[in-house]
Amino acid sequence: MHIMEGFLPVEHAVGWTLASAPFVVWSVRAVRQRLYEHPEQRMLLGVAAAFSLVLSALKLPSVTGSCSHPTGIGLGALLFGPAAMVLVGLVVLVFQALLLAHGGLTTLGANVFSMAVVGSFVAAGVFRASRALRLSLAISVFLAACLGDLATYVTTSIQLAWAFPDPVGGFTASLAKFAGIFAITQIPLAITEGLLTVLVVNALMRFNAEEMRHLPLFLRRGARA
Amino acid sequence: MNRRQNWLVVMAIVLITALPLWLVPKPGDTPNGQPGEVFGGADGKAQQVISEIAPDYRPWFKPILEPASSEIASLLFALQAAIGAGLMGYWLGVSVTRDKMRKQADRDESGTSGAD
Repeated sequence: MHIMEGFLPVEHAVGWTLASAPFVVWSVRAVRQRLYEHPEQRMLLGVAAAFSLVLSALKLPSVTGSCSHPTGIGLGALLFGPAAMVLVGLVVLVFQALLLAHGGLTTLGANVFSMAVVGSFVAAGVFRASRALRLSLAISVFLAACLGDLATYVTTSIQLAWAFPDPVGGFTASLAKFAGIFAITQIPLAITEGLLTVLVVNALMRFNAEEMRHLPLFLRRGARA
Repeated sequence: MNRRQNWLVVMAIVLITALPLWLVPKPGDTPNGQPGEVFGGADGKAQQVISEIAPDYRPWFKPILEPASSEIASLLFALQAAIGAGLMGYWLGVSVTRDKMRKQADRDESGTSGAD
């Protein structure tokens, strides 16, 4: 999902940066306040960030014959809500942009938007909806992480199709091409991310039950699941 | 039950990751005799599509630092994964030990109260 450095026209690069900036400011404030109120959650936030670091470094093969990587944003979005994960996503993306020439500074805004903003909001939203539908915890976690990951790659496809509409077919034809690369490749990887997230949540429920009870999305039903 | 579920999940992850390596057919040789490439990065493929759709587009900014070779790049990716995995391992170690000590403490307590 990393749009490479310089591969978005200037006005798109500026636009996505402006679109992501308020979310980053909001996230910094939210994380600071949460750690002030619940300093014992520092470890869990670290786990969420570490999970995202590991997963976004793993380039996995897909049935389409190309490789891509999960994002790991879903876990943190379930635990802390989207507010915390925008900041975490930004840190991961800056690391990769500066040291690995993977993604870039000019495309940082667009990449933060697809991975950290869309990814975490979709994951948190799906989780809330699944719990409201009384699906089991494992199924809800799986669906949330899986669909959040997929939403990130669909967003990247839309961003690229918008910036580079096909000369003949326009936006739609272009979207089909980029989605063919990103979204289809991502389907098995999104399933992998969903399964890995279930494993981590299983461990959290077993070993950190006390802390989990204070997390917003687990508040109501988390205790008895 | 939970433990069995975890093992099934681990097996599913391994299968989903390993199966494409067999399922995807090996590409034929390219016209100039080089073996074709498979499992390239999706990011790079998107770059190719951009140059097909907009052949005149030139990237207007270059990465400030670029890994000197693919070996250096894999070093940095491994470093990123190692930092993350290290943190996760620390958390898991702390959590398992804390859980064990808590259970041990409970047992000691009930043991002494039973003896009284």
